[in-house]
Amino acid sequence: MADKISVAAEIAEPERRKVFRKIFRQLGAATVITMFGKAVLDSRPARAANVLRPPGALPELEFNAACIRCGLCVEACPYDILHLASWSDPAPTGTPYFVGRNDPCRMCPDIPCARACPTGALSPLLTDIKKADMGVAVLVGHETCLNYKGLTCSICVRVCPIIGEAISLKPIKNERGVLQIPTVDSSKCTGCGTCEKHCVLSEAAIRVLPRELGLGVEGAQSVGRW
Amino acid sequence: MRRLQAMLYRNRWLFSRRIIQLLIIAAFAVELPAGGYFAQGNLSSSVWFGIGLTDPYIWLQSLFAGAPLGKAALIGVAIVAVFYLLLGGRIYCSWVCPINLVTDLSYWVRQKLNIKSNFTLSKNLRVAILGLSLLLSLLSGTLAWETINPITLFQRELMWGSVAGATVLASIFLFDVFVTRRGWCSHICPVGAFYSELGRMGRLRVKATQLGACHGCAECIKVCPEPHVLAPVVAKKAAFVTSGDCTRCGACLDQCSTGALAMNLSFKKQGEFKGISVVSEH
Repeated sequence: MADKISVAAEIAEPERRKVFRKIFRQLGAATVITMFGKAVLDSRPARAANVLRPPGALPELEFNAACIRCGLCVEACPYDILHLASWSDPAPTGTPYFVGRNDPCRMCPDIPCARACPTGALSPLLTDIKKADMGVAVLVGHETCLNYKGLTCSICVRVCPIIGEAISLKPIKNERGVLQIPTVDSSKCTGCGTCEKHCVLSEAAIRVLPRELGLGVEGAQSVGRW
Repeated sequence: MRRLQAMLYRNRWLFSRRIIQLLIIAAFAVELPAGGYFAQGNLSSSVWFGIGLTDPYIWLQSLFAGAPLGKAALIGVAIVAVFYLLLGGRIYCSWVCPINLVTDLSYWVRQKLNIKSNFTLSKNLRVAILGLSLLLSLLSGTLAWETINPITLFQRELMWGSVAGATVLASIFLFDVFVTRRGWCSHICPVGAFYSELGRMGRLRVKATQLGACHGCAECIKVCPEPHVLAPVVAKKAAFVTSGDCTRCGACLDQCSTGALAMNLSFKKQGEFKGISVVSEH
């Protein structure tokens, strides 16, 4: 008797059960694939520190969303410094970048790359190239920089397009005498990369870095001992 | 000479398509003697003679990723979307998309080698991938499909000679040859799925011309990359192809030896067959 009832129940239910099973299976597949896809996307290489965005680029997260990967900025650049990231480049696929050490931004006053952008990922609000923020130059090689060794190479200072403002020589005194130290004014530096390009060392002692990486950011931990 | 003419005629749609496809690629890739190109950018967003065009699907991903609206892109999207909306979305697939060259070559090789193996995939798969790409764009804040999109990948490879993505193109080619008939374009690519949805109402249609001209050989269905779209027409249940999946590639027209098919603009609703209603009322 009990057997009969269970058989009857199985016959009465299969349609609904089948539907539910199908829905759950599809939901399950959708969830798993979404999680996997998200993981894959998140594991794509983040932008490397030496990869610089064209002038006027929105902050990196917004830029990734707004950039449509069309390459109009790349073609607009009269000096051909920009590239669209291919699959293996350390930047989201298809986004434009340049490497200062290879070919720096020449800071065209009319900013043709930003004007060419159809989506505003390179902001149309940037009208003065000297207000651009592609990064900031930082003298990282205090042991290798020739000026720190007492020479006056100063090539980085002499090539700077905002000469005398963005980077200038500041004398400091130490046991070797007076050293002329290239010093960046972070409020004036646009991060064009010209100084990095011309540094005479085989690996540049001065580098353009994303602002938060180059300068650090205030906050969080209290200053001093506690 | 007559044979050449006949050959050209029997491939008139194919050759027209190839010419348009190659011209589009050349417009982006071949530098003009005076410097510059006919078209700047790539198929994501381009400028033709000062007019900006933007791919609505890529733009939609960007929107889901949380981008603000750019005016130029908005106008470009409107132009492209209206064009495909009025004529038929998947015109993009067979007349514009460069990947069509790769997958058509796959299909040709497949035919030549007489490969019959076919891993069956659902046509809904590409719609699912379309949905997934938008969901992932929303979740990750980046353009999910653009991470692998072979269309722009192809153009980048071509223009800047990088080879990192060539393996992607090669795998699509091999997939279509050995795994699934018309696998990529008809089952996987979400760009096609998007344009299919967009151009559902498109008015450029493959149409059955005269009652009786078709003798039901179904050769058109054999060559069609989306065979299900032609079935109602060959079965004389519909006067024209109404499915959004039709790519307007014209392979059926090239193949048909009876002149029973034509492609033209039609503004009728459904079912009229030279004045005779083919969909019975009861």
